[in-house]
Amino acid sequence: MEKIIEQFPIVFQALNSGFLQTLKLFCTTLLGALPLGLIIAFGSMSKFKPLSAVVRTFVWIIRGSPLMIQLLIIYYFPGLVWNNPIWGSGENGRFLAATVAFIINYACYFSEIYRGGIQSIPVGQHEAAQVLGMSKGQTFFRVILLQVVKRIVPPMSNEIITLVKDTSLARIIALHEVLFTGENFLTGSRGIAGEVWPLFFTGVYYLIFSGLLTILFNKIEKKLSYFKV
Amino acid sequence: MAILEVKDIHKSFGKTEVLKGISFSMEEGQVLSIIGSSGSGKTTLLRCICFLESADTGKILLDGAPLFDGDAPPLKPAAQRHLQTKIGLVFQQFNLFPQYNVLDNVTLAVKLRAKERPDFKKNRKQIYAEIEEKAKVLLAKMGLSDKLENYPCELSGGQQQRVSIARAMALEPKILFFDEPTSALDPELTGEILKVIRELAAEHMTMVIVTHEMNFAKEVSDHIVFMDHGVIAEEGRALDLFENPQTDRLKAFLSSHN
Ligand SMILES: Nc1ncnc2c1ncn2[C@@H]1O[C@H](COP(=O)(O)OP(=O)(O)OP(=O)(O)O)[C@@H](O)[C@H]1O
Ligand SMILES: [Mg+2]
Repeated sequence: MEKIIEQFPIVFQALNSGFLQTLKLFCTTLLGALPLGLIIAFGSMSKFKPLSAVVRTFVWIIRGSPLMIQLLIIYYFPGLVWNNPIWGSGENGRFLAATVAFIINYACYFSEIYRGGIQSIPVGQHEAAQVLGMSKGQTFFRVILLQVVKRIVPPMSNEIITLVKDTSLARIIALHEVLFTGENFLTGSRGIAGEVWPLFFTGVYYLIFSGLLTILFNKIEKKLSYFKV
Repeated sequence: MAILEVKDIHKSFGKTEVLKGISFSMEEGQVLSIIGSSGSGKTTLLRCICFLESADTGKILLDGAPLFDGDAPPLKPAAQRHLQTKIGLVFQQFNLFPQYNVLDNVTLAVKLRAKERPDFKKNRKQIYAEIEEKAKVLLAKMGLSDKLENYPCELSGGQQQRVSIARAMALEPKILFFDEPTSALDPELTGEILKVIRELAAEHMTMVIVTHEMNFAKEVSDHIVFMDHGVIAEEGRALDLFENPQTDRLKAFLSSHN
Protein backbone atom coordinates (compact mmCIF):
# COMPACT_ATOMS: atom_id res chain seq x y z
CA MET A 1 0.00 0.00 0.00
CA GLU A 2 2.77 2.39 0.95
CA LYS A 3 4.48 1.62 -2.33
CA ILE A 4 1.36 2.56 -4.23
CA ILE A 5 1.05 5.86 -2.38
CA GLU A 6 4.66 6.55 -3.25
CA GLN A 7 4.17 5.68 -6.95
CA PHE A 8 0.80 7.35 -7.27
CA PRO A 9 1.88 10.90 -8.25
CA ILE A 10 4.10 9.60 -11.05
CA VAL A 11 1.47 7.18 -12.33
CA PHE A 12 -1.31 9.71 -12.00
CA GLN A 13 0.56 12.26 -14.07
CA ALA A 14 1.33 9.71 -16.76
CA LEU A 15 -2.25 8.42 -16.89
CA ASN A 16 -3.60 11.96 -17.10
CA SER A 17 -1.55 12.67 -20.19
CA GLY A 18 -2.63 9.29 -21.59
CA PHE A 19 -6.24 10.16 -20.93
CA LEU A 20 -5.77 13.45 -22.72
CA GLN A 21 -4.91 11.42 -25.81
CA THR A 22 -8.01 9.25 -25.22
CA LEU A 23 -10.13 12.38 -24.94
CA LYS A 24 -8.63 13.85 -28.11
CA LEU A 25 -9.42 10.66 -30.03
CA PHE A 26 -12.96 10.65 -28.62
CA CYS A 27 -13.65 14.26 -29.55
CA THR A 28 -12.19 14.18 -33.06
CA THR A 29 -14.09 10.97 -33.75
CA LEU A 30 -17.38 12.59 -32.76
CA LEU A 31 -16.57 15.78 -34.65
CA GLY A 32 -15.93 13.78 -37.82
CA ALA A 33 -18.40 10.92 -37.47
CA LEU A 34 -21.53 12.86 -36.49
CA PRO A 35 -21.74 14.87 -39.76
CA LEU A 36 -20.21 12.13 -41.94
CA GLY A 37 -22.81 9.70 -40.57
CA LEU A 38 -25.60 12.00 -41.76
CA ILE A 39 -24.12 12.13 -45.26
CA ILE A 40 -23.82 8.33 -45.30
CA ALA A 41 -27.42 8.06 -44.06
CA PHE A 42 -28.67 10.19 -46.96
CA GLY A 43 -26.56 8.11 -49.33
CA SER A 44 -28.08 4.88 -48.07
CA MET A 45 -31.59 6.32 -48.43
CA SER A 46 -30.93 7.70 -51.93
CA LYS A 47 -33.53 6.95 -54.58
CA PHE A 48 -30.62 6.44 -56.98
CA LYS A 49 -30.32 2.66 -56.50
CA PRO A 50 -26.63 2.16 -57.42
CA LEU A 51 -25.59 4.79 -54.86
CA SER A 52 -27.68 3.39 -52.04
CA ALA A 53 -26.48 -0.15 -52.84
CA VAL A 54 -22.81 0.88 -52.71
CA VAL A 55 -23.30 2.86 -49.50
CA ARG A 56 -25.22 0.07 -47.79
CA THR A 57 -22.59 -2.51 -48.74
CA PHE A 58 -19.87 -0.27 -47.34
CA VAL A 59 -21.82 0.20 -44.09
CA TRP A 60 -22.35 -3.55 -43.84
CA ILE A 61 -18.61 -4.23 -44.25
CA ILE A 62 -17.62 -1.67 -41.64
CA ARG A 63 -20.27 -2.69 -39.12
CA GLY A 64 -19.75 -6.39 -39.77
CA SER A 65 -16.01 -6.50 -39.12
CA PRO A 66 -14.01 -5.74 -35.97
CA LEU A 67 -12.85 -2.18 -35.48
CA MET A 68 -9.49 -3.62 -34.42
CA ILE A 69 -8.91 -5.11 -37.88
CA GLN A 70 -9.95 -1.84 -39.51
CA LEU A 71 -7.43 -0.02 -37.31
CA LEU A 72 -4.62 -2.40 -38.27
CA ILE A 73 -5.47 -2.24 -41.97
CA ILE A 74 -5.68 1.54 -42.05
CA TYR A 75 -2.45 1.93 -40.09
CA TYR A 76 -0.28 -0.69 -41.79
CA PHE A 77 -1.76 -1.08 -45.28
CA PRO A 78 -0.29 2.05 -46.89
CA GLY A 79 3.23 1.31 -45.66
CA LEU A 80 3.29 -2.46 -46.20
CA VAL A 81 1.39 -2.75 -49.47
CA TRP A 82 1.94 0.55 -51.23
CA ASN A 83 5.35 1.17 -49.71
CA ASN A 84 3.96 4.56 -48.87
CA PRO A 85 3.64 5.08 -45.10
CA ILE A 86 1.29 8.05 -45.40
CA TRP A 87 0.71 8.31 -41.66
CA GLY A 88 4.27 9.24 -40.79
CA SER A 89 6.03 7.74 -37.82
CA GLY A 90 5.56 8.51 -34.18
CA GLU A 91 2.59 9.34 -32.02
CA ASN A 92 1.15 11.91 -34.45
CA GLY A 93 1.02 9.38 -37.27
CA ARG A 94 -0.62 6.81 -35.04
CA PHE A 95 -3.16 9.34 -33.86
CA LEU A 96 -4.03 10.33 -37.41
CA ALA A 97 -4.52 6.72 -38.50
CA ALA A 98 -6.59 5.93 -35.40
CA THR A 99 -8.77 9.01 -35.98
CA VAL A 100 -9.48 8.04 -39.58
CA ALA A 101 -10.37 4.46 -38.61
CA PHE A 102 -12.62 5.57 -35.76
CA ILE A 103 -14.39 8.24 -37.80
CA ILE A 104 -15.19 5.81 -40.64
CA ASN A 105 -16.33 3.11 -38.22
CA TYR A 106 -18.48 5.32 -36.06
CA ALA A 107 -19.93 7.26 -39.00
CA CYS A 108 -21.33 3.96 -40.27
CA TYR A 109 -22.90 3.13 -36.91
CA PHE A 110 -24.31 6.66 -36.60
CA SER A 111 -25.66 6.54 -40.16
CA GLU A 112 -27.87 3.57 -39.29
CA ILE A 113 -29.19 5.39 -36.22
CA TYR A 114 -29.90 8.51 -38.31
CA ARG A 115 -31.59 6.43 -40.98
CA GLY A 116 -33.82 4.68 -38.47
CA GLY A 117 -34.69 8.03 -36.90
CA ILE A 118 -35.47 9.78 -40.16
CA GLN A 119 -37.55 6.89 -41.50
CA SER A 120 -39.54 6.64 -38.26
CA ILE A 121 -41.03 10.13 -38.69
CA PRO A 122 -44.60 9.70 -39.99
CA VAL A 123 -45.09 10.65 -43.63
CA GLY A 124 -47.92 12.94 -42.47
CA GLN A 125 -45.33 15.36 -41.08
CA HIS A 126 -43.73 15.73 -44.52
CA GLU A 127 -47.13 16.04 -46.18
CA ALA A 128 -48.38 18.65 -43.71
CA ALA A 129 -45.26 20.74 -44.30
CA GLN A 130 -45.59 20.34 -48.06
CA VAL A 131 -49.20 21.48 -48.22
CA LEU A 132 -48.19 24.52 -46.16
CA GLY A 133 -45.82 25.42 -49.00
CA MET A 134 -42.54 24.59 -47.26
CA SER A 135 -39.59 23.53 -49.39
CA LYS A 136 -37.82 20.20 -48.86
CA GLY A 137 -34.99 21.91 -46.98
CA GLN A 138 -37.34 23.90 -44.76
CA THR A 139 -39.31 20.75 -44.04
CA PHE A 140 -36.19 18.85 -43.00
CA PHE A 141 -34.58 21.55 -40.89
CA ARG A 142 -37.69 23.16 -39.37
CA VAL A 143 -39.99 20.17 -38.92
CA ILE A 144 -38.24 16.81 -39.19
CA LEU A 145 -34.79 17.32 -37.67
CA LEU A 146 -35.69 17.99 -34.04
CA GLN A 147 -38.11 15.07 -34.01
CA VAL A 148 -35.33 12.87 -35.33
CA VAL A 149 -32.94 14.21 -32.69
CA LYS A 150 -35.41 13.37 -29.96
CA ARG A 151 -35.80 9.84 -31.26
CA ILE A 152 -32.11 9.14 -31.67
CA VAL A 153 -30.79 10.52 -28.38
CA PRO A 154 -31.16 7.18 -26.54
CA PRO A 155 -29.47 4.98 -29.19
CA MET A 156 -26.85 7.68 -29.82
CA SER A 157 -25.93 7.91 -26.16
CA ASN A 158 -25.41 4.14 -26.08
CA GLU A 159 -23.15 4.34 -29.09
CA ILE A 160 -21.17 7.29 -27.75
CA ILE A 161 -20.58 5.59 -24.40
CA THR A 162 -19.36 2.55 -26.32
CA LEU A 163 -16.96 4.88 -28.12
CA VAL A 164 -15.48 5.95 -24.78
CA LYS A 165 -14.42 2.38 -24.15
CA ASP A 166 -13.59 1.58 -27.79
CA THR A 167 -10.89 4.25 -27.84
CA SER A 168 -8.75 1.72 -25.92
CA LEU A 169 -8.62 -0.38 -29.11
CA ALA A 170 -6.11 2.16 -30.46
CA ARG A 171 -3.65 0.50 -28.15
CA ILE A 172 -3.23 -2.16 -30.87
CA ILE A 173 -1.27 0.36 -32.95
CA ALA A 174 0.54 1.57 -29.83
CA LEU A 175 -1.26 4.88 -29.51
CA HIS A 176 -0.41 6.23 -26.09
CA GLU A 177 -3.95 6.48 -24.83
CA VAL A 178 -4.70 5.89 -21.18
CA LEU A 179 -4.89 2.08 -21.26
CA PHE A 180 -1.56 1.67 -23.03
CA THR A 181 0.01 4.22 -20.69
CA GLY A 182 -1.13 2.15 -17.72
CA GLU A 183 0.07 -1.06 -19.31
CA ASN A 184 3.54 0.44 -19.74
CA PHE A 185 4.09 0.29 -15.99
CA LEU A 186 4.21 -3.50 -16.33
CA THR A 187 7.16 -3.45 -18.70
CA GLY A 188 8.74 -0.37 -17.27
CA SER A 189 8.11 3.33 -17.60
CA ARG A 190 9.26 6.39 -15.66
CA GLY A 191 11.29 4.26 -13.28
CA ILE A 192 8.41 1.97 -12.39
CA ALA A 193 8.23 -1.63 -13.63
CA GLY A 194 6.33 -4.80 -12.86
CA GLU A 195 3.31 -2.93 -11.48
CA VAL A 196 -0.16 -4.01 -12.62
CA TRP A 197 -2.26 -1.65 -10.51
CA PRO A 198 -1.85 1.35 -12.89
CA LEU A 199 -3.41 -0.73 -15.68
CA PHE A 200 -6.38 -1.59 -13.47
CA PHE A 201 -6.60 2.00 -12.30
CA THR A 202 -7.23 3.22 -15.87
CA GLY A 203 -10.73 1.74 -15.48
CA VAL A 204 -11.53 4.60 -13.11
CA TYR A 205 -11.00 7.10 -15.95
CA TYR A 206 -13.45 5.27 -18.20
CA LEU A 207 -16.00 4.99 -15.41
CA ILE A 208 -15.90 8.66 -14.50
CA PHE A 209 -16.01 9.80 -18.11
CA SER A 210 -18.90 7.57 -19.11
CA GLY A 211 -20.69 8.55 -15.90
CA LEU A 212 -20.42 12.23 -16.83
CA LEU A 213 -21.70 11.50 -20.34
CA THR A 214 -24.66 9.57 -18.95
CA ILE A 215 -25.60 12.59 -16.86
CA LEU A 216 -25.25 14.85 -19.91
CA PHE A 217 -27.47 12.62 -22.07
CA ASN A 218 -30.11 12.41 -19.36
CA LYS A 219 -30.13 16.21 -19.31
CA ILE A 220 -30.61 16.35 -23.08
CA GLU A 221 -33.44 13.80 -22.91
CA LYS A 222 -35.13 15.91 -20.23
CA LYS A 223 -34.70 19.04 -22.32
CA LEU A 224 -36.52 17.36 -25.21
CA SER A 225 -39.29 15.88 -23.07
CA TYR A 226 -41.59 18.87 -23.56
CA PHE A 227 -42.97 17.31 -26.71
CA LYS A 228 -43.95 13.82 -27.82
CA VAL A 229 -43.17 12.19 -31.15
CA MET B 1 -65.81 31.62 -63.57
CA ALA B 2 -65.41 28.50 -61.47
CA ILE B 3 -62.78 28.69 -58.75
CA LEU B 4 -62.02 24.98 -58.99
CA GLU B 5 -62.39 22.93 -62.12
CA VAL B 6 -61.57 19.24 -62.24
CA LYS B 7 -61.66 17.74 -65.70
CA ASP B 8 -61.61 14.03 -66.45
CA ILE B 9 -59.02 13.04 -63.85
CA HIS B 10 -57.68 9.51 -64.05
CA LYS B 11 -55.39 7.94 -61.49
CA SER B 12 -54.10 4.37 -61.14
CA PHE B 13 -51.95 2.74 -58.49
CA GLY B 14 -50.16 0.00 -60.38
CA LYS B 15 -52.90 -1.85 -62.23
CA THR B 16 -55.85 -0.65 -60.14
CA GLU B 17 -57.56 2.39 -61.54
CA VAL B 18 -58.76 4.36 -58.51
CA LEU B 19 -60.09 7.47 -60.28
CA LYS B 20 -61.84 6.73 -63.57
CA GLY B 21 -62.53 10.14 -65.04
CA ILE B 22 -63.63 12.60 -62.36
CA SER B 23 -65.05 15.96 -63.47
CA PHE B 24 -66.73 18.64 -61.40
CA SER B 25 -66.45 22.34 -60.76
CA MET B 26 -67.40 24.76 -58.03
CA GLU B 27 -67.92 28.48 -57.53
CA GLU B 28 -66.14 30.75 -55.09
CA GLY B 29 -67.76 30.84 -51.66
CA GLN B 30 -69.43 27.47 -52.10
CA VAL B 31 -69.19 24.45 -49.86
CA LEU B 32 -68.93 21.14 -51.67
CA SER B 33 -69.09 17.82 -49.85
CA ILE B 34 -67.80 14.56 -51.24
CA ILE B 35 -69.49 11.45 -49.92
CA GLY B 36 -69.10 7.82 -50.86
CA SER B 37 -68.22 4.45 -49.43
CA SER B 38 -64.78 3.43 -48.26
CA GLY B 39 -62.32 2.92 -51.09
CA SER B 40 -64.32 4.92 -53.61
CA GLY B 41 -61.36 7.27 -54.18
CA LYS B 42 -62.30 10.37 -52.15
CA THR B 43 -58.93 10.73 -50.43
CA THR B 44 -57.05 10.02 -53.64
CA LEU B 45 -58.99 12.78 -55.39
CA LEU B 46 -58.14 15.34 -52.68
CA ARG B 47 -54.50 14.25 -52.71
CA CYS B 48 -54.32 14.71 -56.48
CA ILE B 49 -55.65 18.26 -56.16
CA CYS B 50 -53.31 19.11 -53.27
CA PHE B 51 -50.11 17.88 -55.00
CA LEU B 52 -49.68 14.91 -52.66
CA GLU B 53 -50.28 12.57 -55.58
CA SER B 54 -49.90 13.21 -59.26
CA ALA B 55 -52.87 12.32 -61.43
CA ASP B 56 -52.22 10.37 -64.65
CA THR B 57 -54.37 12.36 -67.06
CA GLY B 58 -56.87 15.18 -66.99
CA LYS B 59 -56.79 18.80 -65.86
CA ILE B 60 -57.21 20.62 -62.56
CA LEU B 61 -57.63 24.39 -62.64
CA LEU B 62 -57.65 26.79 -59.70
CA ASP B 63 -58.99 30.19 -60.64
CA GLY B 64 -58.15 29.30 -64.22
CA ALA B 65 -54.51 28.46 -63.46
CA PRO B 66 -53.51 24.82 -63.97
CA LEU B 67 -52.62 22.88 -60.82
CA PHE B 68 -52.31 19.84 -63.01
CA ASP B 69 -52.35 19.35 -66.73
CA GLY B 70 -51.83 15.85 -68.04
CA ASP B 71 -50.83 17.26 -71.44
CA ALA B 72 -48.16 19.64 -70.12
CA PRO B 73 -44.83 18.97 -68.41
CA PRO B 74 -45.05 18.89 -64.58
CA LEU B 75 -44.83 22.19 -62.71
CA LYS B 76 -41.45 23.41 -61.48
CA PRO B 77 -41.02 23.09 -57.68
CA ALA B 78 -41.12 26.86 -57.15
CA ALA B 79 -44.30 27.25 -59.21
CA GLN B 80 -45.90 24.34 -57.41
CA ARG B 81 -45.04 25.80 -53.99
CA HIS B 82 -46.56 29.09 -55.02
CA LEU B 83 -49.84 27.40 -55.97
CA GLN B 84 -49.64 25.11 -52.96
CA THR B 85 -50.15 28.00 -50.55
CA LYS B 86 -53.40 28.93 -52.31
CA ILE B 87 -54.95 25.65 -51.23
CA GLY B 88 -55.20 24.40 -47.67
CA LEU B 89 -55.65 20.81 -46.57
CA VAL B 90 -56.88 19.62 -43.18
CA PHE B 91 -55.90 16.02 -42.47
CA GLN B 92 -57.88 13.37 -40.67
CA GLN B 93 -54.88 12.82 -38.35
CA PHE B 94 -54.21 16.57 -37.74
CA ASN B 95 -50.44 16.18 -38.39
CA LEU B 96 -49.50 19.07 -36.12
CA PHE B 97 -45.78 19.67 -35.61
CA PRO B 98 -45.19 18.23 -32.11
CA GLN B 99 -42.15 20.34 -31.20
CA TYR B 100 -43.92 23.68 -31.76
CA ASN B 101 -46.53 25.22 -29.52
CA VAL B 102 -49.95 26.15 -30.86
CA LEU B 103 -49.00 29.66 -31.95
CA ASP B 104 -45.79 28.50 -33.66
CA ASN B 105 -47.64 25.70 -35.45
CA VAL B 106 -49.91 28.32 -36.98
CA THR B 107 -47.20 30.89 -37.80
CA LEU B 108 -44.28 28.68 -38.94
CA ALA B 109 -45.17 28.37 -42.62
CA VAL B 110 -46.37 31.99 -42.84
CA LYS B 111 -43.11 33.26 -41.39
CA LEU B 112 -41.08 31.10 -43.76
CA ARG B 113 -43.05 32.45 -46.68
CA ALA B 114 -42.60 36.02 -45.46
CA LYS B 115 -38.83 35.57 -45.83
CA GLU B 116 -39.33 35.73 -49.58
CA ARG B 117 -40.76 39.26 -49.35
CA PRO B 118 -38.37 41.93 -50.65
CA ASP B 119 -38.84 44.09 -47.56
CA PHE B 120 -38.29 41.20 -45.14
CA LYS B 121 -34.80 42.16 -43.99
CA LYS B 122 -35.80 45.73 -43.29
CA ASN B 123 -39.13 45.10 -41.54
CA ARG B 124 -38.58 41.66 -40.03
CA LYS B 125 -39.77 42.47 -36.53
CA GLN B 126 -42.88 44.20 -37.73
CA ILE B 127 -43.73 41.49 -40.25
CA TYR B 128 -43.42 38.79 -37.59
CA ALA B 129 -45.52 40.79 -35.14
CA GLU B 130 -48.26 41.18 -37.74
CA ILE B 131 -48.20 37.47 -38.54
CA GLU B 132 -48.52 36.62 -34.85
CA GLU B 133 -51.37 39.08 -34.41
CA LYS B 134 -53.29 37.53 -37.28
CA ALA B 135 -52.63 34.03 -35.94
CA LYS B 136 -53.97 35.03 -32.54
CA VAL B 137 -57.14 36.37 -34.09
CA LEU B 138 -57.59 33.10 -35.98
CA LEU B 139 -56.96 31.03 -32.88
CA ALA B 140 -59.41 33.16 -30.91
CA LYS B 141 -62.04 32.34 -33.52
CA MET B 142 -61.26 28.69 -32.95
CA GLY B 143 -61.72 29.16 -29.21
CA LEU B 144 -58.06 28.52 -28.47
CA SER B 145 -56.90 31.84 -27.03
CA ASP B 146 -55.89 30.21 -23.77
CA LYS B 147 -53.83 27.50 -25.50
CA LEU B 148 -51.32 29.57 -27.47
CA GLU B 149 -48.34 28.32 -25.49
CA ASN B 150 -49.45 24.69 -25.24
CA TYR B 151 -47.85 21.86 -27.19
CA PRO B 152 -49.95 19.49 -29.31
CA CYS B 153 -49.45 16.61 -26.86
CA GLU B 154 -51.22 18.71 -24.23
CA LEU B 155 -54.38 19.16 -26.32
CA SER B 156 -57.47 17.05 -26.93
CA GLY B 157 -58.06 15.69 -30.42
CA GLY B 158 -60.72 18.31 -31.06
CA GLN B 159 -58.38 21.11 -30.00
CA GLN B 160 -55.60 19.71 -32.17
CA GLN B 161 -57.89 19.60 -35.16
CA ARG B 162 -58.93 23.22 -34.54
CA VAL B 163 -55.25 24.22 -34.45
CA SER B 164 -54.69 22.44 -37.75
CA ILE B 165 -57.62 24.31 -39.29
CA ALA B 166 -56.13 27.59 -38.05
CA ARG B 167 -52.75 26.54 -39.43
CA ALA B 168 -54.26 25.95 -42.87
CA MET B 169 -56.25 29.21 -42.73
CA ALA B 170 -53.20 31.26 -41.72
CA LEU B 171 -51.85 31.13 -45.28
CA GLU B 172 -55.14 32.68 -46.46
CA PRO B 173 -55.86 29.95 -49.00
CA LYS B 174 -58.44 30.49 -51.70
CA ILE B 175 -59.92 27.10 -51.00
CA LEU B 176 -59.75 24.73 -48.05
CA PHE B 177 -59.97 20.93 -48.30
CA PHE B 178 -60.95 18.64 -45.43
CA ASP B 179 -60.41 14.88 -45.48
CA GLU B 180 -62.75 13.41 -42.90
CA PRO B 181 -61.83 16.04 -40.30
CA THR B 182 -63.80 14.35 -37.52
CA SER B 183 -63.09 10.67 -38.18
CA ALA B 184 -60.17 10.47 -35.74
CA LEU B 185 -62.18 12.10 -32.95
CA ASP B 186 -64.35 10.74 -30.20
CA PRO B 187 -68.03 11.31 -31.09
CA GLU B 188 -68.46 13.95 -28.38
CA LEU B 189 -65.64 16.03 -29.94
CA THR B 190 -66.92 16.05 -33.52
CA GLY B 191 -69.39 18.83 -32.68
CA GLU B 192 -66.72 21.42 -31.99
CA ILE B 193 -65.08 20.83 -35.39
CA LEU B 194 -68.38 20.91 -37.24
CA LYS B 195 -69.18 24.19 -35.52
CA VAL B 196 -65.91 25.72 -36.74
CA ILE B 197 -66.58 24.56 -40.30
CA ARG B 198 -70.12 25.95 -40.11
CA GLU B 199 -68.71 29.33 -39.06
CA LEU B 200 -66.24 29.29 -41.94
CA ALA B 201 -69.12 28.48 -44.30
CA ALA B 202 -71.07 31.44 -42.95
CA GLU B 203 -68.09 33.64 -43.87
CA HIS B 204 -68.22 32.19 -47.41
CA MET B 205 -64.94 30.33 -47.19
CA THR B 206 -64.69 28.07 -50.23
CA MET B 207 -64.45 24.51 -48.92
CA VAL B 208 -64.39 20.92 -50.13
CA ILE B 209 -65.24 18.44 -47.40
CA VAL B 210 -64.91 14.68 -47.52
CA THR B 211 -67.14 13.39 -44.77
CA HIS B 212 -69.16 10.49 -43.46
CA GLU B 213 -71.37 12.84 -41.40
CA MET B 214 -74.42 12.88 -43.66
CA ASN B 215 -76.56 15.23 -41.60
CA PHE B 216 -73.74 17.70 -41.44
CA ALA B 217 -73.02 17.44 -45.19
CA LYS B 218 -76.70 18.05 -45.94
CA GLU B 219 -76.86 21.07 -43.66
CA VAL B 220 -73.60 22.86 -44.53
CA SER B 221 -73.10 22.09 -48.24
CA ASP B 222 -74.33 23.85 -51.32
CA HIS B 223 -73.39 20.96 -53.54
CA ILE B 224 -72.80 17.24 -53.00
CA VAL B 225 -70.68 14.85 -55.02
CA PHE B 226 -71.34 11.15 -54.50
CA MET B 227 -68.40 8.95 -55.50
CA ASP B 228 -68.60 5.25 -56.12
CA HIS B 229 -65.77 3.02 -57.34
CA GLY B 230 -63.76 5.86 -58.83
CA VAL B 231 -66.55 7.68 -60.64
CA ILE B 232 -69.02 10.38 -59.69
CA ALA B 233 -72.22 8.38 -59.58
CA GLU B 234 -74.44 11.31 -58.75
CA GLU B 235 -74.12 14.99 -57.88
CA GLY B 236 -76.44 17.88 -57.22
CA ARG B 237 -77.71 20.46 -54.78
CA ALA B 238 -77.50 19.18 -51.23
CA LEU B 239 -81.22 19.12 -50.50
CA ASP B 240 -82.21 17.53 -53.82
CA LEU B 241 -79.60 14.85 -53.56
CA PHE B 242 -80.48 13.77 -50.05
CA GLU B 243 -84.27 14.10 -50.37
CA ASN B 244 -84.50 12.79 -53.86
CA PRO B 245 -81.64 10.43 -54.80
CA GLN B 246 -81.85 9.27 -58.41
CA THR B 247 -79.50 6.30 -58.60
CA ASP B 248 -79.86 2.97 -56.83
CA ARG B 249 -76.26 3.20 -55.67
CA LEU B 250 -76.87 6.47 -53.84
CA LYS B 251 -80.15 5.18 -52.41
CA ALA B 252 -78.34 2.13 -51.05
CA PHE B 253 -75.48 4.25 -49.71
CA LEU B 254 -77.80 6.69 -47.95
CA SER B 255 -79.90 3.98 -46.37
CA SER B 256 -76.78 2.31 -44.98
CA HIS B 257 -75.66 5.64 -43.50
CA ASN B 258 -78.70 6.49 -41.45
N1 LIG C 1 -50.69 4.82 -52.30
C1 LIG C 1 -51.54 3.86 -52.72
N2 LIG C 1 -51.08 2.75 -53.32
C2 LIG C 1 -51.92 1.79 -53.75
N3 LIG C 1 -53.24 1.85 -53.62
C3 LIG C 1 -53.78 2.92 -53.04
C4 LIG C 1 -52.96 3.97 -52.54
N4 LIG C 1 -53.77 4.92 -51.99
C5 LIG C 1 -55.03 4.45 -52.15
N5 LIG C 1 -55.05 3.26 -52.77
C6 LIG C 1 -56.25 2.49 -53.11
O1 LIG C 1 -57.12 3.33 -53.79
C7 LIG C 1 -58.47 3.08 -53.45
C8 LIG C 1 -59.15 4.37 -53.04
O2 LIG C 1 -58.58 4.80 -51.82
P1 LIG C 1 -59.01 6.15 -51.12
O3 LIG C 1 -58.18 6.27 -49.90
O4 LIG C 1 -58.95 7.25 -52.09
O5 LIG C 1 -60.51 5.86 -50.71
P2 LIG C 1 -61.50 6.72 -49.82
O6 LIG C 1 -62.71 6.95 -50.62
O7 LIG C 1 -60.80 7.90 -49.26
O8 LIG C 1 -61.86 5.70 -48.65
P3 LIG C 1 -62.12 5.97 -47.08
O9 LIG C 1 -63.55 6.42 -46.98
O10 LIG C 1 -61.92 4.62 -46.46
O11 LIG C 1 -61.15 6.98 -46.63
C9 LIG C 1 -58.45 2.03 -52.37
O12 LIG C 1 -58.76 0.79 -52.95
C10 LIG C 1 -57.02 2.04 -51.89
O13 LIG C 1 -56.63 0.77 -51.46
MG1 LIG D 1 -60.20 8.51 -47.32
